[in-house]
Amino acid sequence: MDLLVFWVVAPVSVGAAVLMLLQRNAVFSALLLVVNQFTLAVFFAMLGAHFLAAVQVIVYAGAIMVLFLFVIMFLGVDRREALIEPIRGQRFLALALGLLLVGAVAVAVASGIGLGAESLPAFPAERDNVAALGRALFTRFVFPFEVTSILLIVAAIAAMVLARRRARGLPDEEELEVPRELEQGSGEPAARAPEPAGRRAGGRGR
Amino acid sequence: MRTPIAYYLVLSAVLFAIGTVGVLVRRNALVIFMSVELQLNAVNLSLVAFARQLGQVDGQVLAFFSMVVAAAEVVVGLAIIVAIFRRRLSANVDDVNLLRW
Repeated sequence: MDLLVFWVVAPVSVGAAVLMLLQRNAVFSALLLVVNQFTLAVFFAMLGAHFLAAVQVIVYAGAIMVLFLFVIMFLGVDRREALIEPIRGQRFLALALGLLLVGAVAVAVASGIGLGAESLPAFPAERDNVAALGRALFTRFVFPFEVTSILLIVAAIAAMVLARRRARGLPDEEELEVPRELEQGSGEPAARAPEPAGRRAGGRGR
Repeated sequence: MRTPIAYYLVLSAVLFAIGTVGVLVRRNALVIFMSVELQLNAVNLSLVAFARQLGQVDGQVLAFFSMVVAAAEVVVGLAIIVAIFRRRLSANVDDVNLLRW
């Protein structure tokens, strides 16, 4: 039963991941990544990590992917990706190195524990995964757990600082160079470019 | 019949390699970011598989922390992508080469 579920879900997982790379449209990539994360939640549940399966669906497939889709929509969905390779043969090399990585790990696993030799042991006596995880988090791992809260606060503040718009009249990034092709291409940055100098001069006079 | 742990480890390696290829091949910063997420998820899978194999919950705790760090990383990374997009009007990683020698 366990093995059957694995062989049904694993191809879906790998297929979603491969299709994610082949999609031209970033929105489809995000949706396929959601599929992949749902399959990983299934694996977590099969492995007895029930809490992590729930967290995987809620945090990854829910919150993080919504954030991704939000940014994709914010940047515009119809952007075409250039198909030219900056380094010759980059795609082939990347594919070869990826296959090499899989092969190396497979060999390491085969020589270490054997491919498909022994099955996983039976579930440990403590079947209540959530209670066990909570006990570990709040006893042995309580210090990293608290450090995590600092990390989340720092990340939230960093996101706000990075993504906010500069207040008008302050010296800001507009004085930095705009790429030539963009100046001619869209017209909008070029029209805005001379403005900050005058505005700043006026602001200084006040 | 229960699934051998080797299956999970090889599946994890396959997903990780797909993520690596995505990081190397794609030019869209958002898709590269999604590939990094795929890599993190693949490693989580092998951590949980090892936790199950050893009958301990430590691997799950580590996977939990890696999820938290991934969430924080996504927030900061997407903010950086948005900031770069505001300045360069592009989400293509080849356009961001100011630090290149």
